[in-house]
Amino acid sequence: MNDTTVTDSPASPALKLKKRSRDPVLTQRLAFAFLFLSTLLIIVPVGLIIVQKGLPGITWQFLSDIPRQGMRSGGIFPAILGTIYLVSGAIVFALPIGLLSAVYLSEYARGNFLTRLIKLAIVNLAGVPSVVYGLFGLALFVTFFKFGASILSGALTLGIMILPIIITASLEALESVPHSFREASRSLGASRWQTIRYVVLPNAISGIITGTILGLGRAAGETAPILFTVAAFYLPQLPGSIFDQVMALPYHLYVISTQVPNVDEKIRYGTALVLLAMVLFMNLAAVVIRCRFRKKKKW
Amino acid sequence: MRKLKEFVIEKLILFCGLASIFFVVLIFLFLLKEGLAVFKTVTPPQFLFGKSWYPISEPPHLGILPLILGSLMVTLGAALISIPIGVACAVYIAEVAPLKIKEILKSGIELLAAIPSVVLGFIGMVTLVPWIKSIFHLPTGLTALSGAVMLAFMAMPTIVSIAEDALYSVPKTYKEGALALGATHWQAIHRVILPAASSGIMAAVMLGIGRVIGETMAVMMITGNAAVIPHSILQPVRTLTATIAAEMGEAVVGSEHYFALFAVGIVLFVISFIVNVGADLFLHKKEQ
Repeated sequence: MNDTTVTDSPASPALKLKKRSRDPVLTQRLAFAFLFLSTLLIIVPVGLIIVQKGLPGITWQFLSDIPRQGMRSGGIFPAILGTIYLVSGAIVFALPIGLLSAVYLSEYARGNFLTRLIKLAIVNLAGVPSVVYGLFGLALFVTFFKFGASILSGALTLGIMILPIIITASLEALESVPHSFREASRSLGASRWQTIRYVVLPNAISGIITGTILGLGRAAGETAPILFTVAAFYLPQLPGSIFDQVMALPYHLYVISTQVPNVDEKIRYGTALVLLAMVLFMNLAAVVIRCRFRKKKKW
Repeated sequence: MRKLKEFVIEKLILFCGLASIFFVVLIFLFLLKEGLAVFKTVTPPQFLFGKSWYPISEPPHLGILPLILGSLMVTLGAALISIPIGVACAVYIAEVAPLKIKEILKSGIELLAAIPSVVLGFIGMVTLVPWIKSIFHLPTGLTALSGAVMLAFMAMPTIVSIAEDALYSVPKTYKEGALALGATHWQAIHRVILPAASSGIMAAVMLGIGRVIGETMAVMMITGNAAVIPHSILQPVRTLTATIAAEMGEAVVGSEHYFALFAVGIVLFVISFIVNVGADLFLHKKEQ
């Protein structure tokens, strides 16, 4: 269809245009103004509200204390720590699998049906609703493997969830390494794996780190997958092993904003701010790494 | 020795390459394993089109039509808001914005995509919900409309970034041809670039909608969670996702309620599968 408009009948669209719009310049201005407004509307910093109201609530005590009086006072330290545990666990599980999977797709896979199937599976894995991951984690890790509601179950569930993010980002990084690098290495007598290990991976490392950080950010912010697999409603002590339940920041925010009445506004906004800051900081870090790397690129 | 090591590593890589397929199949199998048991009590049509959802009454009523309609209403509302704005934003970024603004906007969109849904839900609760309550003089601001507006914010980053890719990948010669024929920049965008990128934009819209259907925390916090068939967008509704999240904590393992929630999970999985495969087909059409 596109080809017909442009190449086959080059005169007709321009003619039609003349008849329809009297003043194309005015139309263009209006249209661009609309486009700009739409863009602003999206970027309008929703976070401003949270920063403004949450900042007064952030004190050292808030960050380092356990919740007290049924979460109506005190701090959020166990929730922060729980989220850090979960995110680390998820990445320990997902990074090796994701990275090797990307290596397979970029270095070994041929353009056949299997490759197409793997790519389709990745797309689907990325699209599965987060609450379905929660169900899956409940059925497989909590019930079937009998891990119970624990850090282990939650971290594995989150790990599978961020797998597609890590694979996609690593794949992009690996594929951007020029082919000539590989050929040079192979012609020097290096084996396939040596080429990957000493030539391809070091040159793709910043892209892989970026993807990993994005995955971390996603895992830190998700609530639904940890609802039934790990998150504790109120647990004022710190976890002792990976088979313990923990509190987690996103679930804590959900609990104090909907389940517990009369929580001080400062605590709610403060919790939201800490979570938002954590996630956005990771994303900013990823953006910065990517930008710096792009400037340094030698090819 | 080295050969053996390489052999092992290469097999490991192949194994990991297949991991995605393995996990998708595993998720589906485990949903089936836990969810299919519900059809001992209700037939599939009763389950899908039953008009009442009272899972803990005796005997339980396990019809998910109100939930499907709730999801549909919120999703349609979010789509109506996010598609025009999102596509407009993509066009602005891809075609109109000066280079510097473009980079800032793209990073901004990426950051917006990263905001956790529970935070967006919280923002919706403290800002949008009271507004809607006072604007429409409702007894409660927890309505399908609130959910739709907030979900539009979640769909937009997806729509913008994928649509922008699609617009960017339209060959420059198309635009130059249009301009050479005397079209203004906007005419070139409207008549040439947009149609040329249409399949990529379709994919963007589908993936955006996919994200909306699967969204859980924000809708659970701001749509009011009433499992009744909605008659207007200003009523509380309950979506498929929110039902699972809200009720799984109380469902007894092995009860009909438990199985029914897994069956809802199957429905969600199938919907997201269709949406994603559809979007993938559109994207590949573009490549050819």
